Amino acid sequence: MPKAQVTFEDVGVTVTVPAGTRLIEVSEKVGAGITYGCREGECCTCLTKVVSGHENLAPPSVLEDQVLKDNFAPRHHRLACQAQVLGGEIVVKPA
Amino acid sequence: MAQAAAAAITDLGVAIAPSVHWIGALDPGLRSFDIILKTANGTTYNSYVVRGSAGVAVIDTVKENFSATFFRRLESVARYDEIRAIVLNHLEPDHSGALPELLKRAPQAQLYISSRAQPMLKGLLHGEQLNYMPVTTGDAVDLGDRTLHFLQTPYLHWPDTQCTFLEEEGILFSGDVFGCHFCDARLFNDAVGDFRFSFEYYYAHIMRPFRAHVLEALEQIEPLPLKLIAPAHGPVLRDAPERYVVRYRELSASKLKNEAAGEKTLVVFYVSAYGSTRAMAEALAAGAEEAGGVRVSLYDIEGGEVSPFVDLIEEADALAIGSPTINGDAVKPVWDLLSSLTAVNVRGKIGAAFGSYGWTGEAMQMVEDRLRGLKLRVPVRGVRARLIPTVEELANCRVLGEQLALHLTGRVENRIIDMAELA
Repeated sequence: MPKAQVTFEDVGVTVTVPAGTRLIEVSEKVGAGITYGCREGECCTCLTKVVSGHENLAPPSVLEDQVLKDNFAPRHHRLACQAQVLGGEIVVKPA
Repeated sequence: MAQAAAAAITDLGVAIAPSVHWIGALDPGLRSFDIILKTANGTTYNSYVVRGSAGVAVIDTVKENFSATFFRRLESVARYDEIRAIVLNHLEPDHSGALPELLKRAPQAQLYISSRAQPMLKGLLHGEQLNYMPVTTGDAVDLGDRTLHFLQTPYLHWPDTQCTFLEEEGILFSGDVFGCHFCDARLFNDAVGDFRFSFEYYYAHIMRPFRAHVLEALEQIEPLPLKLIAPAHGPVLRDAPERYVVRYRELSASKLKNEAAGEKTLVVFYVSAYGSTRAMAEALAAGAEEAGGVRVSLYDIEGGEVSPFVDLIEEADALAIGSPTINGDAVKPVWDLLSSLTAVNVRGKIGAAFGSYGWTGEAMQMVEDRLRGLKLRVPVRGVRARLIPTVEELANCRVLGEQLALHLTGRVENRIIDMAELA
């Protein structure tokens, strides 16, 4: 299975994960500062800045895109509960 | 004053400024609001009408079962076909309850809500297709010789909250901001009974968890040339409205002076029946102290009241909680403290859990889960010890303390790990 490397910049941890993993599945376990509310892509609590490698995340769904717009999310920001890793290297930190 | 009181008790709108009327409802019998607030003499649901040369605006409505009063007061100052704008500063049902009926009676009116209110509107009015205009700071509605300006003030106390400023009269329709649950038909702050307690109590329970957002909102509100604040609950603040703005800034400052300014702080709370969890707490605290750069404080929860502990936690950078496991659960004093933390903002603080147990030991995991639920970060797995902690288990507590200190002070070394190791 293809692997990817996700770095949580605020806690200095890089995790090797299988493609298809969502950021939420990893970030809490490493104690990163991304915090969660609804965990279903609606509340925008887990807004996360993708410092680099945003192209290595699956594009946002229509729903995620709408929530990002409703909350004025800046460019290259994603919901950690929705964003799925495709491969390569990705660096994230709390928004 | 007496005139205003009489008008409020009748079903007439009450003039609060030229071309502006209060058309809200009094709810003197209410004793508990939204489950979490006591209301010793009820509350009011304030709504207002602004008349401009090019049309009328209604600002906020009332709780649904007070609709009849609201519509009678509205009809006393405006016709439905004159209503050009309906503004909802906050969509909670106590302010949006009469909205569906109002839209039926004034179908030509344009509804203005904060851009952040859109998902909530859908959740409140299932299935009803509404034509609304999302607005944000800088947007305005022109009523001819009156202009309404919107200020987006998110999280005071819902994500959707906004204030609306009537420029020509210097009136801030502030929604729940500067509001309180206090019911008095005399309506104005210089005529009603003493409502200071209600004002402070409302802030403490509704606004305090969002005090960082309060400070952001005050940056927008303080420069306004205010002559009157018209909140969505409680007295209309016409006498020295700026006092209430100043008070909000005071209340949004830290409750305690942080003497460890510049130094990271870790507060360790524990409950201990036989001294085991206390010994673990002491070892954790010693480990954090030894790592340096962190000011550590240790508290036995049973020796204090919840409220000042909440103040301490609000100011701390990290929180470690020790609970024994009794009957498969963390103990009540721990839950009492944890359930009180919704009154403050603890998001992003570092959390940890530990504790001794007899035979099952669920408390540590439960407390960790609760800390995550409160949006703390839990970067280091907690420590459990069966009955009396061994030397090794106490050493693990010291390591937990050291690790917390390293995380707090940004001294954790970069690591590369496989996801499988995190299971």
